[in-house]
Amino acid sequence: MSEHRGTRARSVGLRRPPLAIIAIAAVAIAFFALPFIGLLWRVPWSDAWSLLTTTSSLTALRLSIETSLWATALSTIFGVPLAWVLARYGFPGRRVVRALCLLSLVLPPVVGGVALFAAYGRRGLLGDSLFEWFGLRLPFSAAGVVLAQTFIAMPFLVLTVEAALRGLDQRPEDAARTLGASRWYAFRRVTLPAIRPALIAGAVLAWARALGEFGATITFAGNFPGRTQTMPLSVYLALESNPGQALVLSVVMIAISFGVLLSLRDQWLGGSTEAGSSR
Amino acid sequence: MSIDANFQIQLAEFSSEVELKLAEGEVLAVLGPNGSGKSTLLRALSGLQPIESGVIKIHDVVVDDAEHSIFVMPEHRHVGVMFQSSELFTNLSVLENVAFGLRSRGTKRNIARVNAAEWLERFSLEQFAQRRPTSLSGGQAQRVALARALATNPNLLLLDEPTAALDVRAKAEIRRDLLRLRQQRPVTTLLVTHDPLDAFALADQIIVLEEGRVVQSGALDDVASHPRSRHIADMVGLSLVRGEVRDGALTTPSGARLVVPADSPSGLSVASIRPASVSLHRAEPEGSARNAWMMTVTDIDRHPERVRARLNGPIPLLAELTPSGAEALALTVGDTIWASVKASEVTVTPDLGT
Repeated sequence: MSEHRGTRARSVGLRRPPLAIIAIAAVAIAFFALPFIGLLWRVPWSDAWSLLTTTSSLTALRLSIETSLWATALSTIFGVPLAWVLARYGFPGRRVVRALCLLSLVLPPVVGGVALFAAYGRRGLLGDSLFEWFGLRLPFSAAGVVLAQTFIAMPFLVLTVEAALRGLDQRPEDAARTLGASRWYAFRRVTLPAIRPALIAGAVLAWARALGEFGATITFAGNFPGRTQTMPLSVYLALESNPGQALVLSVVMIAISFGVLLSLRDQWLGGSTEAGSSR
Repeated sequence: MSIDANFQIQLAEFSSEVELKLAEGEVLAVLGPNGSGKSTLLRALSGLQPIESGVIKIHDVVVDDAEHSIFVMPEHRHVGVMFQSSELFTNLSVLENVAFGLRSRGTKRNIARVNAAEWLERFSLEQFAQRRPTSLSGGQAQRVALARALATNPNLLLLDEPTAALDVRAKAEIRRDLLRLRQQRPVTTLLVTHDPLDAFALADQIIVLEEGRVVQSGALDDVASHPRSRHIADMVGLSLVRGEVRDGALTTPSGARLVVPADSPSGLSVASIRPASVSLHRAEPEGSARNAWMMTVTDIDRHPERVRARLNGPIPLLAELTPSGAEALALTVGDTIWASVKASEVTVTPDLGT
């Protein structure tokens, strides 16, 4: 009997991490939690509603939601084919192309904004042509905000979808082809349903990233209320003039981001594990 | 109207050169060990992998010609494939799976569904129509896969190891369905397998692949009596005996009796006997072998390492001896000789008939 209890105690001990590690992990958790707790503590809750419903707050909120949804749509329309090409076709220089497409993931967003300016700005590579041909002026416009957000957010979708496509069993697709399905039909009815979880996860991550975009947006699109001043920008500006409003807007953004993360199941964030299996 | 394929494919390990012809309605079995190029052959015929030289014609239409840059996409070849692991679409119901082929060719949903329902009924699968493929057993999934492949009325049916992943009972069910299909509406079929029982059940002709090359081809019986290599001998030598098992013995329609292992299930069965399990004797054998018959030697295949004798009698058999053993018996065609088989060397599988 005592021997039995001994082995049980030992196996429980094996499963529990050492106390020192628990202590360090607790410090890390506190490190992440404290800023949010501090923020919630500082928020002027009595005025929260009126601060949130000021015209400037609501304008920034609406602009943020509109531009980030556009950026998500563009990321999906262009990102899925890009992920497909990266996952399925071996071509010379693929690694370089892949690194290039994911560069904005690790780049300081401000640098991304400067680069966008160099390409689409008035004196940029394409800036003049865009204006002459299409009458488009991207910098300092809402379209410029969408462009900056897409530039920063699309890699999240590409990474997620590419991992899913790589892990995907191609045999059901082959079966579809032998049954008479064109490549497009097979993609639509076999491949897409199989990668749907990854696609949703990628789109949600891209959307959350677009919503929080700051550096590239302020550099490329500027900070014009009602036109290019998104939520993160107005938080930054309100810090000087109206800290209470900055805090309330921050809480809104934190709530949105936290909700997104909670809604994603673990395996979606991990990439291919769920989406990779087709059965 | 036939299949005429003569082509080469470069694989990672070896170059595969295959030449095969298949008349309309004929069933050709391709036997070979894993990695012999069987799957590549199927991928080339179905258009999932282009060939590197040579020509593939299906019903007199060139579908792949490397020299002349002709390549017909898989969806335009009208080749039905039944894959080893079914490859049913898990996001669709069984009915939608079977309707998939017609739907992808632009048939209206209702018409495709009615047609699919008919195919399910033909294979007695109608009760699974609304189920998800993941809820089916391996054998059921394979039969749905067969119905799905046939629903497009293919010019050529490719069967990729159709029974390899199944248990004995399900194997027998698939063979029964394929045999029925053959009798009711013959489809030109290429069957890839490493299970000689599949080939025996269905095929007119066989080809044997080894390392991407055809090493032997012909009628199954000819290949079994005159195997060109040890490997082929092992693969195709089985003698099959059909009959009914009762109380540990199988009785053939002609009345011959074969003692089988005591735990064999009763009912219609196929007993298979490996040539090496057959012993030959000049005098009536005594002792533990309870299966012994007087036989006539109809054919002898002499090879430096082995001798194969085809025997006719109550239960026709293929026997394999060592060259010295054959010499000791002074075996010649036309001889009368005793053949014996131990009951424990007989393998019994259920025969579901047609």
